[in-house]
Amino acid sequence: MVEIRFHGRGGQGAVVASNILAAACFIEGKYVQAFPAFGVERRGAPVEAYIRIDDRKIHLRTNVYTPDHVVVLDPTLIEVVDVTRGLKPGATLLLNTDKLPNAYPRFTSFRVATVDASRIALRHRLGSRTHPIVNTAILGAFARVTGLVSVDAVCEAIQEEVPSHHEANIAAAREAYETVVLPEAPAEAAP
Amino acid sequence: MRRVLEGSHAVSHAVELARVKVISAYPITPQTHIVERLAELVADGVLDARFIRVESEHSAMAAVIGAASAGARSFTASSSHGLALMHEMLHWAAGARLPVVMAEVNRAMGPGWNIWADQTDSLSQRDTGWIQLYCEDVQEVLDTILIAYKLAERVSLPAMVVLDAFFLSHTYEPVEVPEQDEVDAFLPAWEPTEILDPADPHAFNQLASPEYYMEFRYKIQQAMEDALRAHDEIDAEFGRRFGRSYGAVHRIPCREGERAPLALVTTGSVTGTARVAQAALRQKGIGVDVVKLKLFRPFPHEEIRRVLGPYDRVIVLDRNISFGSGGIFASEIRAALALRGEQPAVYPFVAGLGGRDITPQTIESVVARALGDEPPSDILWEGLKL
Repeated sequence: MVEIRFHGRGGQGAVVASNILAAACFIEGKYVQAFPAFGVERRGAPVEAYIRIDDRKIHLRTNVYTPDHVVVLDPTLIEVVDVTRGLKPGATLLLNTDKLPNAYPRFTSFRVATVDASRIALRHRLGSRTHPIVNTAILGAFARVTGLVSVDAVCEAIQEEVPSHHEANIAAAREAYETVVLPEAPAEAAP
Repeated sequence: MRRVLEGSHAVSHAVELARVKVISAYPITPQTHIVERLAELVADGVLDARFIRVESEHSAMAAVIGAASAGARSFTASSSHGLALMHEMLHWAAGARLPVVMAEVNRAMGPGWNIWADQTDSLSQRDTGWIQLYCEDVQEVLDTILIAYKLAERVSLPAMVVLDAFFLSHTYEPVEVPEQDEVDAFLPAWEPTEILDPADPHAFNQLASPEYYMEFRYKIQQAMEDALRAHDEIDAEFGRRFGRSYGAVHRIPCREGERAPLALVTTGSVTGTARVAQAALRQKGIGVDVVKLKLFRPFPHEEIRRVLGPYDRVIVLDRNISFGSGGIFASEIRAALALRGEQPAVYPFVAGLGGRDITPQTIESVVARALGDEPPSDILWEGLKL
């Protein structure tokens, strides 16, 4: 079983990202379980969402404590939230940032990948300059970095789950898939 | 069709499949996405029903009582304080023998304010005359709404389908959504025998003096006893038609064909986590049978005695508390077992109140305590931070 944690801010689409990813993995025949951090959400406040993926039915119904991958939708959260809390050594940390992975020396025990999802989202007119909607772009990058799901399944899930702007969201996911900066060192313990 | 659905939306789609005619609800917290999606389905013309917006949960229950009195299949959903506000009307729905179905999302009672999973809200309505069915996963939630309508209409009592906050209500997972024609065959239109009809006026629910009242209560108790058998029949029929059945009491043995020395009784979504803990304990050479209790009202006394009676030790895990007594499921299970000569030692654990996580480690801990030298007690606490 693989567990993934998304960090975002209320209104950025972290919960929707986990739902789209769940749908994408489901399309490829996996069993999935996606849920938000159980709490009271406010726009702009740090939020978390989770997904479990397995080949078999998932019975476990607890919070996610030791994720295999972490996705950060908002670069300002890195300074505010302990985004690597419980993250397994060698696990993937995918950051939305305009910086390169080597700009984060404190995360060297993880496979750091970076993608400028905000710029990609804006180029495809998703959201506004102050509030780019990055959740679909980051999933394209996630597909490339982890290999857990194909980018085609992500695009199919976007078509199903996102209420509007399908073409722009799919184009953003594909562009992020192509432009994500992969970790320098190959994975050791990453599942 | 198999698709990924949120628990709340699985309820909404089950209500759609049940061809419910009247929905009434109060939409503010602690309400969930259930009625939000139903309002959309009605507004979009997908569901041919009347959605009655009201000013409180008390009024929501009053509205569905009125609708069911007129012969309409009716639905509402609520949670914690909303359910508490319905309390008076819950008695009325049952006393009037109306087969209303409600989805009840288990959320804690305040103060302090807490919207997380805790069963004390639904269990506080234990004595209102409602059937209560507790669900383990999103598929069971969807299926149980359909089973609940058939059962409620069979015995003329209202039914509450109970699901844990967040662990089920806000969780997306794959669900098999049955086809409409299959559901229609399982759950035909409700045909009430007595309805409010201006063209054929009758008086309902009027004064019942001491001369008559007790027999009305006796009949409700009889209907509950009938509901025990009816539940098993309907559950079995659901299994034949859809390939899934659940049982009022479902034993999940550690090893097929064997009985472990210890049984762990769970309700709701904790059962799933208990399955995971059971597998981990088996690896360590510790055998625990999980016993999932789905039907709480009517209480399956005989089945509880039959299933739990032969064990040496029984753990009951309660995510609820009756202050001054203890875990409510444990209390009922002990009362049922008291009719047997030889009884297992019962370890009544209270855990996970107000949404505190019940993890496989929590379950391994209560198992270790029950198998160790923990003296039997009226209440045992797990995971307290004092």
